Amino acid sequence: MTDWPLLSITTFLPLLGAAFILTINGEAKVVARNARNVALLTSVATFLVSLLVWTNFDPGTADFQMVDQAAWLPGFDISYKMGVDGISLFFVLLSTFLTPLCILSAWEAVQTRVKEYMIAFLVLETMMVGMFCALDLVLFYTFFEGVLIPMFIIIGVWGGPRRVYAAFKFFLYTLLGSVLMLLAILAMYFNAHTTDIQVLLSHPFPASLQSWLWLAFFASFAVKVPMWPVHTWLPDAHVEAPTAGSVILAGVLLKMGGYGFLRFSLPMFPLASHDFTPLVYTLSIVAVVYTSLVALVQEDMKKLIAYSSVAHMGFVTIGIFTVQTQGIEGAIYQMLSHGIVASALFLCVGVVYDRMHTREIARYGGLSNRMPQYAFVFMVFTMASVGLPGTSGFVGEFLVLMGAFQVNSWVAAFAALGLILGPAYMLYLYRRVIFGKLTREDLKSILDLSPREIAVFVPLILVVVWMGVYPSSFLAPMHASVAKLINDYQLVQTAADPASLALR
Amino acid sequence: MYAAVVFLPLLGSIIAGFFGRKIGDRGSQIVTCAGVGLSALLSVLIFAEVVPSGHTVTVPLLTFIQSGDIHVDWALRFDTLTAVMLIVVNWVSFMVHVYSIGYMHHDPSVPRFQSYLSLFTFAMLMLVTADNLVQLFFGWEGVGLASYLLIGFWYEKPSACAAAIKAFVVNRVGDFGFALGIFGVYMLFGNINFDPIFAAAGGKASAMLHLFGRDFPALTILCLLLFVGAMGKSAQLGLHVWLPDAMEGPTPVSALIHAATMVTAGVFMVARMSPLFEYSQTALNVVTVVGALTAIFAATVGCVQNDIKRVIAYSTCSQLGYMFFAIGVSAYQAGIFHLFTHAFFKALLFLGAGSVIHAMSDEQDMRRMGGIWKHIPLTYALMFIGSLALAGIPPFAGYWSKDTIIEAAWGAGTPLGQFAYAIGVAAAFLTAFYSWRLLIMTFHGKPRADEHVMAHVHESPAVMTIPLMVLAAGAIFAGYVGHEYFVGEEMSEFWGKAIFLLGDHEALHNAHHVPSMISLMPTIAGVSGIALAYIFYMFAPGIPAALARTFRGVYLFLLNKWYFDELYDFLIIKPAFWLGYGMWKGGDGALIDGCGPDGVAAATRDVARRMSLLQTGYLYHYAFAMLIGVAGFVTWYIVKVG
Repeated sequence: MTDWPLLSITTFLPLLGAAFILTINGEAKVVARNARNVALLTSVATFLVSLLVWTNFDPGTADFQMVDQAAWLPGFDISYKMGVDGISLFFVLLSTFLTPLCILSAWEAVQTRVKEYMIAFLVLETMMVGMFCALDLVLFYTFFEGVLIPMFIIIGVWGGPRRVYAAFKFFLYTLLGSVLMLLAILAMYFNAHTTDIQVLLSHPFPASLQSWLWLAFFASFAVKVPMWPVHTWLPDAHVEAPTAGSVILAGVLLKMGGYGFLRFSLPMFPLASHDFTPLVYTLSIVAVVYTSLVALVQEDMKKLIAYSSVAHMGFVTIGIFTVQTQGIEGAIYQMLSHGIVASALFLCVGVVYDRMHTREIARYGGLSNRMPQYAFVFMVFTMASVGLPGTSGFVGEFLVLMGAFQVNSWVAAFAALGLILGPAYMLYLYRRVIFGKLTREDLKSILDLSPREIAVFVPLILVVVWMGVYPSSFLAPMHASVAKLINDYQLVQTAADPASLALR
Repeated sequence: MYAAVVFLPLLGSIIAGFFGRKIGDRGSQIVTCAGVGLSALLSVLIFAEVVPSGHTVTVPLLTFIQSGDIHVDWALRFDTLTAVMLIVVNWVSFMVHVYSIGYMHHDPSVPRFQSYLSLFTFAMLMLVTADNLVQLFFGWEGVGLASYLLIGFWYEKPSACAAAIKAFVVNRVGDFGFALGIFGVYMLFGNINFDPIFAAAGGKASAMLHLFGRDFPALTILCLLLFVGAMGKSAQLGLHVWLPDAMEGPTPVSALIHAATMVTAGVFMVARMSPLFEYSQTALNVVTVVGALTAIFAATVGCVQNDIKRVIAYSTCSQLGYMFFAIGVSAYQAGIFHLFTHAFFKALLFLGAGSVIHAMSDEQDMRRMGGIWKHIPLTYALMFIGSLALAGIPPFAGYWSKDTIIEAAWGAGTPLGQFAYAIGVAAAFLTAFYSWRLLIMTFHGKPRADEHVMAHVHESPAVMTIPLMVLAAGAIFAGYVGHEYFVGEEMSEFWGKAIFLLGDHEALHNAHHVPSMISLMPTIAGVSGIALAYIFYMFAPGIPAALARTFRGVYLFLLNKWYFDELYDFLIIKPAFWLGYGMWKGGDGALIDGCGPDGVAAATRDVARRMSLLQTGYLYHYAFAMLIGVAGFVTWYIVKVG
């Protein structure tokens, strides 16, 4: 089993399913049903294969594992190369875990162009998984940009009334950053004469070049995260995207930025990273405080959760740039947790949106009377979102702040303001939607969760509790890779400036 | 046994919560009461095993967080301090569970209520058995969640929802400090498990910690940060605003969470961290001052409130202040002793108030009560006992613990100790006064409720009165039985290593040797408080109204709780919403989008529109432009070449 190209299978299995759906023809209803079934089966199968990746993963080493390599453009030394380490492993699993849930959540919500919708999601899954596995810059860039296309289509075709504006805003924002990254990739190629990420990780780029490369990558990743002030595409994209689109957007796409920082910025441009750390801290703190306050006054549920995402991702960027074990492991953990929790919250919004076709908070109230199960599910994820110990949200936040405190207590103190603001906006939202008297006529006949919706939420709740109670399952495989990342980073710093050794 | 004592309530909570509809109201009540009841019995066994042996029993369960040097387990730790807390938490909780069967029997959501109560008990048990700061934090936030859910239990009431959010968010303000404290502990000790920290604390007594751009004495700053957390949870001055509002929850909740157990978590935490606090005189001084100010502040406010539950809530706040200033003068044992006795008589008072409210058809305003003692004599007698204990009248429980605290404050022999002593005596006077004000307004005088309500006044069923009697027994005997062990001769043997004291911190030791006048003062104050209440509310009821008219400013200041809520609303809440709205519309909308994507798009369109104006379609325009171009090129060529 271990000599199978597991990563390539995980990556391209969804594409195979998409190709299969493409061949389905006939009556519209039958096509829709078959497309749904095939998509669900494919994505579940992909998830099972990705579980094999986890079981075959050796947590004892920091090296890339399960590497598949094939010549692609041999003349330019560009190859097809895939592999995972402790940093990317769980992002692959996150992508394959969320996709079947997305497809299940769109079972009834999407009734137009079902075939195309399912194809778009499967292609999206291939791109996401491929991006997290790619070990070649060009391959990475292909997947990284490839993600945009299905997402653009999902927002632009199945989205809400302002979908075209949102889709273009999303596309142009992210493309602008990506173009700069492409320039940087070219510069790296001319400097190192290879695009092999494994080689580049130990390639010493000249300090002057590092700053430019760092900034170019930063432009791309900061938009993806998104960091303040380039976050304004996110609320619009979320509001207009269909539920499943929001799930993938919050669950996986935002993590591409954080992953990029960990895979490229820190290890390849350590000197520049060191110089720009204050910038990242500042922007992250602003993100935490500013977007939390903005979330407080939102009138649209999805917008509120979108802004809370920006705040939570602020913790991630702080954690990454502490370059400290707890900080980085906490940042990765926070990304995984946010991937689950924010996705689940968007699914929660989707549940009532499917019934009432509005996301306006004021249109709801008192749902707990008619929907006790829904109220419970929403409460679990609200608590996970505010980082209650025992849920996944706590571990990430706690470790990030712990790491930040060791490095810079001001940063930790400002970021910890999120601990106060988080519950303020989340509980305020919960109160307005779930609590109160059920007074609106149209809500009086609203139905509680259907078995299909329960099937979507149960796995998410289990994972949230598992990650909250026994984080070791997820932290242990990270240790070696994170330790190596930090070690390499510090070696470069001390080599460049022996005086800083004393500070460490 | 050790694991079961913690997890039985959780089991009960899960069964009642998820299968409540299947097993029905009665089934959920049985399951949750059985879970907590068994835990209560087990906690007695554990007490009997742990306390005499003097050993600390640790039961590791599972790895929790392991990252870098941090290694934290889920582990249960039992020493005398924990054993005492187990008794308090489990028995009061058990009584409240049973009482709730009667109190909540009209409610449509009995399983949910019982499930929350048991969930709370579980979280509280995790808190007191914690073996490290993270698990303590788990319990800490867990009780916060349960408190939030229970305050907002009647979620259709807007005031209940608002109070629930307020409780959670204000507690988070405290947790902000607590969390930073934990990070600091890790920074200083490289560890967050109790045993290694306590062992290393002495060696760090004069260590400095570089935080926020300057150097601080390490233990002082850490203890102060941790104490901010304790202030939030235990509703100390400044962060107390959530506690009175929390009375929106059902009365059994107020008794269990907001009187007997959760709010004492802060006291417990500081006592648990005694090996750190002992080395920082500054931190201890701050604890003393905050505790003393809270004790007097809440007592003054309690004297003018009209809602029966709010009076008791402010009383709780004030008693917590006592516990803290006891700790501040290094009389941790006295603080915990008061925690122990207070749990019984305050739960008794709250549940008694619940019984009154039940009898008065959900009326809580004392101005619409009165004259009911003949109708509900048992409740009246039990509340009388509770008030005697609260006012510190010998030989009731509160006398032993409160007297010890006040004497210990004197015994500290410092100016700050004397300050705390003076405030303690003054607050004792006020305590007795508002307790009897409550009793007289509620039970005596002419009935002020309408006839319809008065016709319904009835004694509560046995399922409610029996728990009251059990608690009353505690309120009578807990002090007399306990004082030898908690603060008397057997003290050092009883506590073992659970509480750490520096050799020269002898406040509690000196407490037994204070002048007799000093030690009589609190009792005198208590008795005169009672006397004054009788004069004001029974014999000359015109006086309070006249006083309120004459000192209208003072009265309003007290009635409005020193205007804390208004101040916070003005300083924090309104600006937060205002800022949020401004940043959203101004920052995101106008500035970022206006200059960024929308601005660029608009500019592009604008330029394109101007450019398109050039495309007029008239041949002579194009010919003219071409000629100018040719002229330009020719000129350039001549100049350059020529």
